[in-house]
Amino acid sequence: MLRARIIENSHKTKTPHLGSCLSCVDILVALYFGTLRISPEDPRAPTRDRFILSKGHGAPALFHVLAEKGFYPKATMDAYGENGGVFSEHPPTPDHLPGIEAATGSLGHGLPLGLGMALAGRIHEYDYNVYALLSDGECNEGSVWESAMLAAAQKVERLAVVIDFNKWQATGRSEEVMALAPLTDKWRAFGWSTYEIDGHDLKALVEVLSRVPDGSGKPVAIVAHTTKGRGVSFMEDDNNWHYRIPTQDEVVIAKRELGVAQ
Amino acid sequence: MRNAFADEITKLAAEDPRIVLLSGDIGNKLFDRFKEVAPTRFFNCGVAEANMMGVAAGLALSGLRPVVYTITPFTTTRCYEQIRVDACYHSAPVVIVGTGSGLSYAELGPTHHSLEDLAILRVLPGMTVLAPCDQIELRTLLRLAFHHDGPVYMRIGKKGEPILNKELASTSITIGQAVTLRDGDHVCLIVAGPIASEAIGAAELLAAKGITARIESFHTIKPLDEKRLDRIFRRYPLVAVVEEHSRIGGLGGAIAEWRARQPSGSWAAMLSFGSDDEFMHEVGSQEYARRKYGLTADSIAEQVCAVLRQ
Repeated sequence: MLRARIIENSHKTKTPHLGSCLSCVDILVALYFGTLRISPEDPRAPTRDRFILSKGHGAPALFHVLAEKGFYPKATMDAYGENGGVFSEHPPTPDHLPGIEAATGSLGHGLPLGLGMALAGRIHEYDYNVYALLSDGECNEGSVWESAMLAAAQKVERLAVVIDFNKWQATGRSEEVMALAPLTDKWRAFGWSTYEIDGHDLKALVEVLSRVPDGSGKPVAIVAHTTKGRGVSFMEDDNNWHYRIPTQDEVVIAKRELGVAQ
Repeated sequence: MRNAFADEITKLAAEDPRIVLLSGDIGNKLFDRFKEVAPTRFFNCGVAEANMMGVAAGLALSGLRPVVYTITPFTTTRCYEQIRVDACYHSAPVVIVGTGSGLSYAELGPTHHSLEDLAILRVLPGMTVLAPCDQIELRTLLRLAFHHDGPVYMRIGKKGEPILNKELASTSITIGQAVTLRDGDHVCLIVAGPIASEAIGAAELLAAKGITARIESFHTIKPLDEKRLDRIFRRYPLVAVVEEHSRIGGLGGAIAEWRARQPSGSWAAMLSFGSDDEFMHEVGSQEYARRKYGLTADSIAEQVCAVLRQ
C-alpha cells in the first residue's frame, strides 16, 4: 500500500528517485513500526530514539511512513510538491515538519549529525539510539568515513547505520563507480560491529535493528541488501527509475502488480 | 588570544553544563584544564573537520552548546558545506572559532592564511560573524555567543596580542554594537580584529600631523552596526576600513554594500585597507605580510593623510 502511494505520488507530483524510495521503504517501515521508541504525540521528547534519512532523496518514502505513523494527517500529503509547502524532494528542517530529525539532501551529512546526537545522549545520560540510513552511493563521501572513525574511537554503541545496498548510484553500478567492495568488511575494518541482511525482510530487519546496542561496545553497521525499484517488475534493478517519472498507465500496472485495488 | 580563548571557555564550561568543546587535533595541552573541568564534554575529533562540524550540529540539535575550534581555514573553507547545511540551515547554535586568522600564520604559507573567511561566512543566512580586536572583546563575545540563538563564527588571532582597550568595561560589549576605541575629528578608522593595533598606531602618527582620528572596533561584522555607520558616514569626510582580510567581501565589502543601499546624500569618502586578490607566494612573517599589503600604521597614516590633503 505504501509502495502504491509512493508511486502515485511520483506520477502526480513529478518527483524522481522512485527506485531509491522503493529500495528503502521496507527499512523505514521496520524502523518506524518495529524499532524506534518514538511517539507522534511528543515528537521532540528528549529521550526519543532518533532516525536520520541521510539519503535525503528517499524523502517521499519517509513522508508517507511518517504520515502512516501519525506524525501528521495523511491528507496533508495532498499538498506534496505545491508551491509554499513543506514536502519537497528532500526532508525539511525539524522545525518545519514533525518527525523529521535533520534536513538532508546533500549526501554524507546524516552520519556526522547522528553521531553528534548520539554523543549528546551520552552526555545527557539518556539511553536513546540513533539510526542513520545511508545509500551505497553515499558511501563515496569522505565525511562518512571520517564519522565512522570518530564513532569507533568514541565507542558510540548507541549509534547505528543502515546501508540501503541496492548496488546502484545515480549514473552507474556503485561497485564500478567507486570500488565499494568489500562494503561490510570496510565497516568492520573501521571498528564497527557489522551485520548483513535482506533489506526487504521485515522480520529480519526488526530483529537486527532492535539489537542496538549489541553488547560489542561498538557502533553498529547493518548492510541491507536491497533491490532498487523493489516490488514492481519493470522497475526492479533498472536504474532508469532513479530519475524517471511513471506514466498513468505504468501506475496502473504497478498497482495491479502490488495487489492494490484501483 | 588562543590562550584567552582556552581560559575563558574553561570558565564558561564550568558554569554551563551545555558547553561542549570540539577540537580538530590542535591545541596540544591548551585544553588540559578544560578536560579536567568537563571530561565528558571535550572531543578531539581528529583531522576530520567536515565530520567535526556535522557532529557539532548534531550536539546543538540535541540541546547542547558546542564550540568548534581549529585553525581558521580548516574550520571554515574546509567544511563550508557542513557549516551551511548542518549549522545554518538548521539554525543550530554552534559556535565556530577560527584561530590564527588573517595573516597570523603568515610564515606557514597560504594554506594557513585566512583572508576569505569573513566574506564566505557572512553570506550564510542566520550566521553571526565576530572578530574581536583583543582578549577583552574575545572573552565577552564568547560568553555572549553561548546565549545567542543561532550559529556564530568568531575569528581570533594567535598569541601575544595586546589589550587595546583597558578602560572598557566588558559589560558594555554587545553583539552587533561597535566599540569606540578613541574619538577624533578628521577621519574615522573602522577596524575588525587584532589589526586594530595598527590603526591605533596610525592614529598616533596622524595626531603628530594635527589630524585626529576616531577608531571604531566593529567586532561584529554581521549583523552590521548600521546606526553607528550612519552617524560616522554623516559626520566624517573620510572613513577608512582596516582589516586583515581580502578587500573583497570582508568588513569593507559589507560596509560598501550598506553604503550602496543608502538613499543619495552627502556621504563620507571611503578607503579600504586589506590584502590583495592573490595568494602570497613568498615567505614572510606576519609583520612582513602586513607591510606587503599596506596594513601597517605608517602605511595607513600615509594614505589617509594623502586623501585628506587632496
